[in-house]
Amino acid sequence: MRYVIIGNSAAAVGAIEAIRQYDSENPITVISDETHHVYSRPLVCHLLGELVDEDRMYYRPLDFYERYGVEPMLGVRATAIDTQEKKVSLAGGGAVSYDRLLLAVGGKPFVPPVEGIDLDGVFTFTKWEDAQKIDRHIKDHDVQTTLIVGGGLIGMKAVKALMARGLHLTLVELADRILSISFDHTASKLAESILRRAGAEVITGTTVKEIVGKEGRVDHAVLQDGEMVDCDLVIFGIGVRPNLDLILPEPEKRTGIKVNQGILVDAHMQTSVPDVYAAGDCVETYDMILEVERPIAIWPHATRQGHVAGCNMAGIEKTYEGGFPMNSEDIAGMPTIAVGLTDPQEHQDEYEILERYDRGALTYKRLVLHRNRLVGAICVGDIDRAGIYTGLIRDRVDVSPFKDHLLSGSFGLISLPKEYRKHMVVGEGIVV
Amino acid sequence: MKRIYVNEEYCIACRLCEVHCLVQHSQSKKIIKAYKEEAPQLMPRLVFEEEGPLSFAMPCRHCVDAPCLDACITGAMRRDEDTEAVLCDEDRCVGCWMCVMACPFGAIQRNLKGTKAASKCDLCYGDEMPACVAHCPNEALVFEEREQ
Repeated sequence: MRYVIIGNSAAAVGAIEAIRQYDSENPITVISDETHHVYSRPLVCHLLGELVDEDRMYYRPLDFYERYGVEPMLGVRATAIDTQEKKVSLAGGGAVSYDRLLLAVGGKPFVPPVEGIDLDGVFTFTKWEDAQKIDRHIKDHDVQTTLIVGGGLIGMKAVKALMARGLHLTLVELADRILSISFDHTASKLAESILRRAGAEVITGTTVKEIVGKEGRVDHAVLQDGEMVDCDLVIFGIGVRPNLDLILPEPEKRTGIKVNQGILVDAHMQTSVPDVYAAGDCVETYDMILEVERPIAIWPHATRQGHVAGCNMAGIEKTYEGGFPMNSEDIAGMPTIAVGLTDPQEHQDEYEILERYDRGALTYKRLVLHRNRLVGAICVGDIDRAGIYTGLIRDRVDVSPFKDHLLSGSFGLISLPKEYRKHMVVGEGIVV
Repeated sequence: MKRIYVNEEYCIACRLCEVHCLVQHSQSKKIIKAYKEEAPQLMPRLVFEEEGPLSFAMPCRHCVDAPCLDACITGAMRRDEDTEAVLCDEDRCVGCWMCVMACPFGAIQRNLKGTKAASKCDLCYGDEMPACVAHCPNEALVFEEREQ
């Protein structure tokens, strides 16, 4: 029996490690169009910012494939899947047969159709290769001024990198505030003021209409409102969408694999086609808070989903119970954490909001409760022990007995009811 | 595996667990030197909670399905193959604090004055008995193997 994994990041590693817990015999093949040993995508911004060197990019030791009995096919692009013949076709000819296949193909950066995106000096920013290209462009053309399009998490990563390089930057976000998906208004405005204080220009409520070049290279950008932004470099960091290149168009006809926004999977991370699994940024999974299936492209979920897929591929039943958005992001030196539903837009009367904003210390905390259950949390400045909130959200704990303590400076496990605390520390069936 | 278990009823808030944790992880291993010369870059690797008559220490639980392992973007957080302990390689940690966000026990701290890395219990790696347990005068912390 042969396991084949397309992709070489968090979900792939989660799967490999899970498979090898139960099956040390059967071969595992990893196919990736990138040439690198397994590395950390979230560290790409650290690399570009010269905050880590290349040695620290690797997510697993360099003997990982060898130790886990993995045959890596790196720099090889999978071009098609034949789910009848159970084969993956490769660019340049050839195919690999599988018995169990994992699609861990990740997300693709979304770039809007803007005039000038083909100019030299316009980049997306998710892969190692992107950091290398941007670095080369900065050095070759003595880049001084930069434009980042997108004030979400990818945009923040670009900000981190370019600020660390000491470059002047303008950040443009279409919504009326940055981080509008993960933050509420107050936290967004706080983040904007932190960025401005650190020297960035932050422009919200508009986006790039056109990028104008000189001799094929970026010279400036024109925003929707007509404003001109000088820039020698443009990074699009609007977001990622599930990578469905191997499946679209006509998914049912080509592979039989059902997709919506992302690849549809069951609780075992199996797609609609037997023996084909999918995990990571390419899938849709259950959002435990919104109670819908949707893509939540974050590292911890990819790892966990890969683990669940790997267990099931090796014949050990394991279920993925779903997740919710969560991120920890440093914004110009200010630590922030946002978990779950932080700014409900619908049925607002059903939610209770607890907030504490210390303008002197520049710390802000906001908790969102729904029927006495915590469903969202934002921590800016003071993030210590934020994971306790994450746990309360995941376990749907009734917080009414200790609601008054949730925002107190001394909040901790000690604030929780004894029963729950004991369950956490010695309970059965939980993470312990 | 053997884990540290907490008996909050027996804790008398002497905080010797913190003291001996710090000393154990110091260069000198000497209590006065560690506090005078190495702190505050050094910090206890467990969280101590106290309010009124209730108190307890909260070291990492070394979870079976550890959320911090999933969350770590660098691979610094890893499970030790021999002891099954969850350990953080502080040289690889970049201080992204995804583990702080993920740990439902709030057992991972940020060492902002020293390593700038995640600071957590390593079960006094390689020692028979973690220092906090060995020095707890009242068996509020015990180190034992229990059925999961």
